[in-house]
Amino acid sequence: MNKKKFWLWILILIIVLAISIIGAIMVGSVGITPQLIIEVLLFKTGILNETNASNAQQIIIWEIRVPRVLLALLVGASLAISGAAIQALVKNSIADPYILGVSSGASVGATSVILFGAFSFFGVFALSLAAFLGAIIAVWIVFMLARVSGKTSMIRLLLSGIAVSMVLGAMTNFMLMISKEQGGVQAVMFWMLGSLGGAKWSNLGIPFFTFCIVFPLLLLSYRQLNALLLGEETASTLGINIERFRLFIIIIVSLLTGVVVAVSGSIGFVGLIVPHIVRMIVGSNYKVVLPLSALIGAIIIIWADIGARIAIAPEEMPIGIITALFGSPFFIWMLRRERYAFGEGE
Amino acid sequence: MFQLQHVEYSVDDKEILKNISLEIIEGNFIGIIGPNGSGKSTMLKILYRHLKQSSGKVTLHEQEVWDISPKKLARQMAVVSQESTVLFDFTVRDLVMMGRTPYKGWLSSDNSEDMSIADRSMKLANVAHLANRALSNLSGGEKKRVMLARALAQQASILILDEPTNHLDIEHQLHLMDLVKELPITIIAALHDLNLAAAYCDELIVMKDGMLHIQGSPESVLTTEMLKEVFNILAGVSKNPFTEKMHLFFYTNTAMDTRGEY
Repeated sequence: MNKKKFWLWILILIIVLAISIIGAIMVGSVGITPQLIIEVLLFKTGILNETNASNAQQIIIWEIRVPRVLLALLVGASLAISGAAIQALVKNSIADPYILGVSSGASVGATSVILFGAFSFFGVFALSLAAFLGAIIAVWIVFMLARVSGKTSMIRLLLSGIAVSMVLGAMTNFMLMISKEQGGVQAVMFWMLGSLGGAKWSNLGIPFFTFCIVFPLLLLSYRQLNALLLGEETASTLGINIERFRLFIIIIVSLLTGVVVAVSGSIGFVGLIVPHIVRMIVGSNYKVVLPLSALIGAIIIIWADIGARIAIAPEEMPIGIITALFGSPFFIWMLRRERYAFGEGE
Repeated sequence: MFQLQHVEYSVDDKEILKNISLEIIEGNFIGIIGPNGSGKSTMLKILYRHLKQSSGKVTLHEQEVWDISPKKLARQMAVVSQESTVLFDFTVRDLVMMGRTPYKGWLSSDNSEDMSIADRSMKLANVAHLANRALSNLSGGEKKRVMLARALAQQASILILDEPTNHLDIEHQLHLMDLVKELPITIIAALHDLNLAAAYCDELIVMKDGMLHIQGSPESVLTTEMLKEVFNILAGVSKNPFTEKMHLFFYTNTAMDTRGEY
């Protein structure tokens, strides 16, 4: 992968991303032209002094659709880079950002808020906060279980992630079962499958800042992430403090996924599939894999959200259904190809 | 330079290394030989700090290895372990460039010096022509040489090799040993092939049941008695008529008994 080719890909993907953003803002019950969108965007950011858009159009564009597409972008990019990092961390190609228990922990938190009104003193933030706390506690338990005499084994991490997810899944299901409220149960289902419907300017801030911290940190660690793919023994002979580096990755990645899941629910498949798509195109060097994953993840979630909004309009479809429905066949196509071996290689 | 003092290593009450004391002199090519399970790999892993000894002391230039920072140690010591699977695919050049990792801080990028070091390492390990190939398309021997090139790019003064000739055909075995022998640095290699050890090493360390059996020059160590005692084989010591190096011939009693039958 040479520099020219890399920047060409970045350029192409940024153009596609820009088109996707405009497209996502256009789609909806009220039709809006691209010119109007650009005009309103320039007006709101203070570049233009006046606009032909009506007040209602301005509100639809600026208060509803723009935050939503930005959240889609952030969620997609975050899940994709988290997936890429986790796959290097556990040196396993089936890993995704939720393998450490993030989504099952978040589900317990969210379910207890939706069904039983837990954390109600936090008002509108109760759901996100409970989901985030659930996610972080789950990861912490998984990590502690994987630590045996001061060393963290990656296979133990994977397996304790599965075990803890099962227990937490049972708790969520139990709460769903004893709940008498039909509406609440449906709300939980909707949350678990993921939705960007809750996007507002006010809840973009935290995911945005977390992403802006975690992404550069991961990118600066690309040498260590690459070295981990050679195996832990080789990585440590390359001068990497393996235990410390792994802890660092676990902390920053679970923070990012925790924050994202808290605002959007657990959208599946993106974190697993995007890093593989990127490796298929440009190889495994994390210096290249991370930025391209972020862009492709963002584009995919933006389009999945468009799908979620129009598939059964005026009802909204959970975005997780879209990502799984379109992601799986694509994934199957990838794994039937000979050229990309999913790291089996040998 | 490298010193082991009363080093013991055990896992769950099972003693794998027992009271090993030895010294490794700078610049030598050291071979570690011994039957399967004698503790060769474990000893190497303790030297390159993948395992920590249960008791005893391991020092490098009078400093305890566990007190040296990982980065600093990686600049002094490069390792080609038996670990060979790489998850996902890299080009040979990317992989060799990873050898520069210990010289890189968070914000430093690869400069032209790193590039030329990588180029030289690839040339030395005879993989320069593969630079842009994907690792997954290479043969076992080529992969091993790429790993060696990566280790050379570390520019360390000690190179540790764990059974470097495994899975290599005879040509590549000899080529790799020639190449390593030429390097002006300390080499510590666990070797299975006693004739390679005899022909290339300056000094041999013989391990048996987790203990240091004997240490010395190949001529003094590789005797009929030692081979019987440690490896449980019958052997005759002779000379390779072409290289004038020591050469061993192995046989068993069964082979002796059936000799006349053909």
